[in-house]
Amino acid sequence: MWKRDAALLAGFLAAGAALFFIFRISRPEGASAVVRVSGQQYAAYDLGEDRTVEIQGKDGGTNLLEIRGGKASITEASCPDRLCMRQGSVSRQGECIICLPNEVVVEITGTKEELPYDAVAG
Amino acid sequence: MMLLRGEERQSSGTGKTGSENCRRDSSSASWIASRGLLIALAMILSWAEAQIPVFFAVPGMKLGLTNLVVLIALYRLSAADALLLNLVRILLVSLTFGNMFSMIYSLAGGILSFLAMLFLKRSGRFRMITVSIAGGVFHNVGQIIVAIVVLGSRYAAYYLPVLWMSGIAAGAVIGLISGLVLQRLPRDSGRSI
Repeated sequence: MWKRDAALLAGFLAAGAALFFIFRISRPEGASAVVRVSGQQYAAYDLGEDRTVEIQGKDGGTNLLEIRGGKASITEASCPDRLCMRQGSVSRQGECIICLPNEVVVEITGTKEELPYDAVAG
Repeated sequence: MMLLRGEERQSSGTGKTGSENCRRDSSSASWIASRGLLIALAMILSWAEAQIPVFFAVPGMKLGLTNLVVLIALYRLSAADALLLNLVRILLVSLTFGNMFSMIYSLAGGILSFLAMLFLKRSGRFRMITVSIAGGVFHNVGQIIVAIVVLGSRYAAYYLPVLWMSGIAAGAVIGLISGLVLQRLPRDSGRSI
């Protein structure tokens, strides 16, 4: 009976390892950080330019986004758990920081051309 | 409806002699009391888990203490009981400690995890700890799916590898503890706990 259990567990572990592999295949450095709040595009920032901006999240929540040396990170947040701050900095394409309470998503994308005009307004 | 019928069958099976008929008269009261107790226990465990300071960097990574109650109900009572307990617990915990938002996450995780555990248990081929591991993994899969939908970002899927692995670990721990609890829980109290 243990054989089946071991087989299934091995399957789970193998699938997990495969997931890691698929998701961790080295991705190229991104060019901009796109911010979305509640699924809506909020702003986008060039990773080449150092800056610190406050993001207005859901229900008055705020996250302080810092871009320095081509990496984006959340340095301050109003959310209770501050998990977004613990997620560290992101710089590769497809990497992201998510703040669930404020519904803020910071995504790294590849091309600078994607920058919308409201980048400055943010 | 079908689930409820299974419950009736289970309780009517107990009445044979006169004294047992007496017990059957009070069975709906004891049914309500025992389920209420289990739901309360599940709620307390939810609360207790929320008190543990978050030291994980990944949202959604947790032990899932309440799954202890669900798992034990699944093994000692019935699938219907486990499902009922799971749904009522999620509803109550979301209303007391959380919000609509956390309820959607919990429901997706809770239902998917329950279905995975039920499927493996019904197959009769796996041990409790394996059933629990599947529950842990699919709980997190359900939450990721909701995150992708709610946040409108497929990048939420990037948490999948980490949450997949943590689901295995959490499920193993909960499965072990459930096994220990079941060993110590007298068999004959199985029907009412």
